[in-house]
Amino acid sequence: MSALNRPAQIFIGLLVLGAVLVPWLSLATSPASHLHIPEYVVTLVGKFLCYALLAVALDLVWGYCGILSLGHAAFFALGGYAMGMYLMRQIGVRGVYGNPTLPDFMVFLGIKSLPLTWWGFNHFAYAMLMALLVPGLLAFIFGWFTFRARVSGVYLSIITQALTYALMLSFFRNAMGFGGNNGLTDFKDIMGFRIDAPTTRAALFSASALALVLGFIIARLIVTSKFGKVLVAIRDSEARVRFLGYRVDRYKLAVFTISAMMAGLAGALYVPQVGIINPSEFAPQNSIEAVIWVAVGGRGTLIGAALGAILVNFGKSWFTGALPNVWLFALGTLFVLVTLLLPRGLPGLFSRKPRPLKGLPSPGPSSPIGEEPHAAS
Amino acid sequence: MFRIAVVSVSPVSRALRAGLGAIVALLICAAPASAGHGDEALARFTTDRFADTAEGIKALVASHLATKDAILQALGEGRLYFDPVRKQVYFKDIKGRLDDAKTGAPAAGVTADALKTVRVSNLVRSALQDARGSTGLTSSDPAKRLAAAHDAFRSHDPAALAAIDAALAKEKSPQVRRALAAAGAAIIALNSKAADQDRLQAVAVIGKQNDAAAISLLSQLRDGPKGDVQAAAASALARLQMQAAVWSGLQNIWYGLSYGSVLLLAAVGLAITFGVIGVINMAHGEMVMLGAYTTYVVQQWLDIAHPDWLGASLFIAIPAAFIVSGLVGMAIERGIIRFLYGRPLETLLATFGLSLILQQAVRTLFGADNRDVVSPYFMRGTFPLGGLSITFGRMWIIVFALLVFAALQLVLRATPFGLKIRAVTQNRRMASAMGIDTNRIDALAFGLGSGIAGIAGVALSQIDNVSPNLGQSYIIDSFMVVVFGGVGNLWGTMVAAMSLGVANKLIEPFVGAVLGKIIILVLLILFIQRRPRGLFALKGRAVEA
Repeated sequence: MSALNRPAQIFIGLLVLGAVLVPWLSLATSPASHLHIPEYVVTLVGKFLCYALLAVALDLVWGYCGILSLGHAAFFALGGYAMGMYLMRQIGVRGVYGNPTLPDFMVFLGIKSLPLTWWGFNHFAYAMLMALLVPGLLAFIFGWFTFRARVSGVYLSIITQALTYALMLSFFRNAMGFGGNNGLTDFKDIMGFRIDAPTTRAALFSASALALVLGFIIARLIVTSKFGKVLVAIRDSEARVRFLGYRVDRYKLAVFTISAMMAGLAGALYVPQVGIINPSEFAPQNSIEAVIWVAVGGRGTLIGAALGAILVNFGKSWFTGALPNVWLFALGTLFVLVTLLLPRGLPGLFSRKPRPLKGLPSPGPSSPIGEEPHAAS
Repeated sequence: MFRIAVVSVSPVSRALRAGLGAIVALLICAAPASAGHGDEALARFTTDRFADTAEGIKALVASHLATKDAILQALGEGRLYFDPVRKQVYFKDIKGRLDDAKTGAPAAGVTADALKTVRVSNLVRSALQDARGSTGLTSSDPAKRLAAAHDAFRSHDPAALAAIDAALAKEKSPQVRRALAAAGAAIIALNSKAADQDRLQAVAVIGKQNDAAAISLLSQLRDGPKGDVQAAAASALARLQMQAAVWSGLQNIWYGLSYGSVLLLAAVGLAITFGVIGVINMAHGEMVMLGAYTTYVVQQWLDIAHPDWLGASLFIAIPAAFIVSGLVGMAIERGIIRFLYGRPLETLLATFGLSLILQQAVRTLFGADNRDVVSPYFMRGTFPLGGLSITFGRMWIIVFALLVFAALQLVLRATPFGLKIRAVTQNRRMASAMGIDTNRIDALAFGLGSGIAGIAGVALSQIDNVSPNLGQSYIIDSFMVVVFGGVGNLWGTMVAAMSLGVANKLIEPFVGAVLGKIIILVLLILFIQRRPRGLFALKGRAVEA
């Protein structure tokens, strides 16, 4: 299977086209024109593209390697915080307290000098590097312990959830030095451009689209390589792969770390578009919602995951605007229906040849090797 | 009154009138006071001067007026009034009715408009404080005598020593005797003119008193001039502080056990469903939430239909919550989970969706704000146990959690149903081959686990806010308990819940609640690396589970 097969080419083509066309339609056409795209739509869709990148990252570990991470929002939020810290440093003397080096909340909390963790974040390149490295490093350390101890299945899901929960609690603390409850906000400009200018918004949109293209290509290259084949084999029968002599933990660790860095990049692009990052981005529910995007789009498809993220979030935007009370019912029902009826996501509906999804044990109480029941008290 | 008449009709020169007027005024006050009825004291409250009011308080204490306690209390709470024209004193009782201060009888024909409040200054307050001490020491209510003794301990006013000795001679209650002796000792110990021998003895008495007041008094002595007394106080203080540290440690362990029993209640149902079916029920927290709302509904219903039974609402709520949550749990199992067996990750997602639906349904039905569940009388209040302060609510929840745990063990170990559950947990296919209807057992076990979550909700409604998010705040902790304790072993769940609870509360005083929680989570994550199957996992032949 070629890395860039026909669907992948179409997907990439559409994204690149969007990255060029949308800013042009938004900036160069008059507001009266039918082709004009309002600024808020550009920002909204730009946000969705970041979610799509997060979905691709999650699909890479879940769809291809069977690691159901309920903590990917943590990597996303860490990337977001790295970008947020850069944006905070750019405010400079325009803050309420007018302190040239310290962000407002630090002055407010009586912090006298810039904490070591904030060092270097006035440089964009350093911040972007951190947006990739910090989530990557966390994923590496976490995975190092977890995968070597052969924690898998629901146990792994639960401790990834605990990880993001613990991070959320930490970031809520003022003592962490990342703005506590309120997080980081009130950004002024990015790389010298005003952050709320239409041109900046359009540029961020293009950047998000291109980041998604980049993430997608990397993911495609991984899953179509020999490395990717081993990942799929691990998903389908971890024990067998181990007995064949592969170091399963290393494969898992590698793909988990790459995926976390992708999620961090998505978060870094997300923050300047929404204008705020706060600890609630770490909420376990965010991670689980990301999982449902992938499930809706069909896991193990990458393109589907990205489309699923965009589709579900369009639904969310529409529902929370039109029928705010119904949204959680709709989301909950979506979870149930997709897992129950559409194990392959929405694309499964249109598949001409209904075949069982590879790697998923058939329904029924009979358990495969990996599900040997537990002993009782 | 009679004297006034006599004096006023006396044929005296105009020049003397003014001076006599003053004497008259004195006579009005002084004459009845000699009879000890408190008229003089009351009259002092009508001059609208703080110094007079303070004097009045002292005079009132010395009098035998039956209403003096009520008057002093009313004065302290700003409910004492006087009529500036007729020089009469009144107080409002709790219901707002005006009573005559002298007789305590309802004051007929007096309206509040004509009255002025007796004002209170710091001078008056301190006089009140002293008065409360001396009237309290002779009060017929032992609780008031005890409070007065504690006050005397804190104020250690040498003037009170005689009153304390007198009270001590008459006192029968051992608790009040101890407090009085300590108060006397406090006065002697702080009196630098007293003999060293007496003061040392006093320090020893105070050293046996274990409370904050004793510690502050002893540290005052320790920081005072050097000498035998100072040394004795320092060593007594060190011993007391050591004791206080031990008690506060024990108190934290008690809090931990209480928190652990809440975790146990929330997690034990999860342990059953996870143990039997091997799936994570993310909607488990919502079963707890449903139980709490059932408690609320039962209480509302009783309030309307059978107000006499309101006190028993918790006892009615327990089976009701078990049934409601149990039925919802069984419906979830039959409707969704059974189609997902062998796919634990999908079950996790589907049940998460369900939890969203249930939360939103409750939010739509009851609103997003907290509902008020009233605690019955036996859940309220605290009692001291050694140096511990035990709240009844927490105590009953610990007892309740242990009862539920015992009942569950009984069901699992001593009933045919429990036997089948254990069989399916151990080896589903073998159990099926032996003729156990595993589908039925799955549904019933799920109902049992969910029902117990409902019961946990009844307990939580007593100590937490009943809101649609109630379950969410416990779900991650419950998972941690189950994972820590190992699956399929209720004793493991018990040990895990209690040790997590105690560890949480022991770390908390040092690093704060949030950081404590984070440390516990990180330790747990590290623990799972070492023992992925939990503390009490039984060894099996499976390659991996």
